[in-house]
Amino acid sequence: MKKLIALLLALALTLTVCAALAEEPVVLKIAHIGPTTGAAALYGLATQHGAEIAVDEINAAGGKYQIELITEDDEHNVEKVINAYNAALDAGAQMILGSTTSKPCEAAGAQGYVDRVFFLTPSASSTAVIEDKDNVFQVCFTDPNQGSASAQYIAEHKLGTKIAVIYNNADVYSTGIRDTFVEKAAEMGLEIVSEETFTDETTDFTVQVGKAQEAGAEIVFLPMYYTPASLILKTASDKNYKPIFFGVDGMDGILSVEGFDTSLAEGVMLLTPFVATSEDERVKSFVAKYQEKFNETPIQFAADAYDGIYILLAAAEKAGITAEMAPEEACDLLIAAMKEIQVDGLTGSMTWDESGAVTKTPMAATIVNGVYVFED
Amino acid sequence: MIFLDHLINGLSLGSIYAIIALGYTMVYGIAKMLNFAHGDVIMIGAYIAFCGLQYWGIPPVLAILLAMVFCTLLGVTIEGFAYRPLRQATSLAVLITAIGMSYLLQNIALMIWGANPKSFPTTFINGSNIRIGQLNISSATLITIVANIVIMVTLTLFTSKAKLGKAMRCVSEDRGAAELMGINVNRTISLTFAIGSALAAVAGVLLCSSYPILQPTTGSMPGIKAFTAAVFGGIGSIPGAMLGGILLGVIEIFGKAYISTELGDAIVFAVLIIVLLVKPAGLLGKPMREKV
Repeated sequence: MKKLIALLLALALTLTVCAALAEEPVVLKIAHIGPTTGAAALYGLATQHGAEIAVDEINAAGGKYQIELITEDDEHNVEKVINAYNAALDAGAQMILGSTTSKPCEAAGAQGYVDRVFFLTPSASSTAVIEDKDNVFQVCFTDPNQGSASAQYIAEHKLGTKIAVIYNNADVYSTGIRDTFVEKAAEMGLEIVSEETFTDETTDFTVQVGKAQEAGAEIVFLPMYYTPASLILKTASDKNYKPIFFGVDGMDGILSVEGFDTSLAEGVMLLTPFVATSEDERVKSFVAKYQEKFNETPIQFAADAYDGIYILLAAAEKAGITAEMAPEEACDLLIAAMKEIQVDGLTGSMTWDESGAVTKTPMAATIVNGVYVFED
Repeated sequence: MIFLDHLINGLSLGSIYAIIALGYTMVYGIAKMLNFAHGDVIMIGAYIAFCGLQYWGIPPVLAILLAMVFCTLLGVTIEGFAYRPLRQATSLAVLITAIGMSYLLQNIALMIWGANPKSFPTTFINGSNIRIGQLNISSATLITIVANIVIMVTLTLFTSKAKLGKAMRCVSEDRGAAELMGINVNRTISLTFAIGSALAAVAGVLLCSSYPILQPTTGSMPGIKAFTAAVFGGIGSIPGAMLGGILLGVIEIFGKAYISTELGDAIVFAVLIIVLLVKPAGLLGKPMREKV
């Protein structure tokens, strides 16, 4: 009987060794969480589609790692994102690519901090997303970086000195960018001549735009998503007011609003690391694949998520993540790996520090004849 | 000059509130129920007009007529299926049904047209802005104000002179007695919903012409503001809705312009509370005595 047990044990051991020796690809389970329905669906779908392109490429290349992408919808809602997060873990996710937007990402990331789950967000740019959480990293700029980079860009390119700011004071994304913009603007010798607020429900911008016009602003800084921005552009056009409108990544997508009169957006500038019309070979290939699969042109969020998958892959490789590893086990290994890797993606060459914020150079594009053009 | 500019902006916003408030007040005055789905019927009307203009390329007038016909049918259907069976139920049950209907319509719109906002084509209405010196009055504003006055006068004449309109007033005053006098209460209430919903379609087009972002939640906030306007002016009173709407718009814009953009909405609702404390029936509402 003892002999039989010993034999069985030996057999089991051999089998294990054999399994480890065989070149079976490691299947990583990555969950994408983002709003694929609701008011911010454009962003959630973009990140999901961008991630799918990267996953297809990696799986087709047949390297050491294969990726299984799990997708969950958070509806840009802080309660629903927790359900989405739990569903992702139930489905076996080892790490999270998400959430796409700031507020839900902040909520899910905090839960992930407690549970020890690794988060890489493609596009949630508020500081609160990474603050006090060692498990959350960003592909995009943190808001302070966007606000201060915008001020820096405006000053360095001498776009004007009198600036009006219109921002959503009910939104952490908008207020976050506004805060650092105002601080940096003062430092760079730019004058803020008017500063007005609105909330999510606002549809009438006549007062905000009127005050900027009255104050003689040459530049109107719009740290917001594109839906209110499109109303502001319309109001300004009605008032025959033509300053330079300068937006941040939330402005991306304004041209794909159905029925939008793109002539209203002519000359609008925005801070963005990705332009689909770029001549860069990798960008061209990504755009072609995206257009073929989803029949639309990718926005910056899609590129961020595409890079996100490659970043996760690089970090997993560095950390030696295996298919059996539980998320809590993978988390600390991935955190350590993130500080060591450098990834050259579509949105630039990226490195990370302990805070989880990314380092890369900001760029701005201008809308000319309904397409983005890089200015340099 | 800047004062006049704000005043015109206020009138423009107010006239949008007023046209929505007319629908609320009409249904409340006659059917004695708060139709919270009204804002969403507006949204559906705007989507139908959007489809007409953007996808089918039909002339604006036809698109608006199509939206009116569709909303009329929708309003009558909603009334027939959801509200009529509750005619004898408590007003709370009807209110909750109306809120449920509001969410149902929003989700149906989400299913059909998706979550991405659409930009309402406004070129047909914004053809020529009127300029007086530095003042800029958009044609959408003028059309909205004129449409408001026409609708208000027509509705007032209809309810005071036409036979069906008189029947509406009877139902409004005493439903039981009206029935005894041979008035078909159900048909009268259906007619009220038909008119209210046709108005909603017009309001939807005008709302989106001024603020051209169209999404499934487009009707909710203007709906709530317009409801406030209707209460402000005295709910049930047709000229009251008009006055309430215009005043609300002007107060909102002046509050934002001269006090703070952050407090715009707070000021509006503070004024509402004060008015209701002083005059509980609203500005033009008739004080009603409940029989005990």
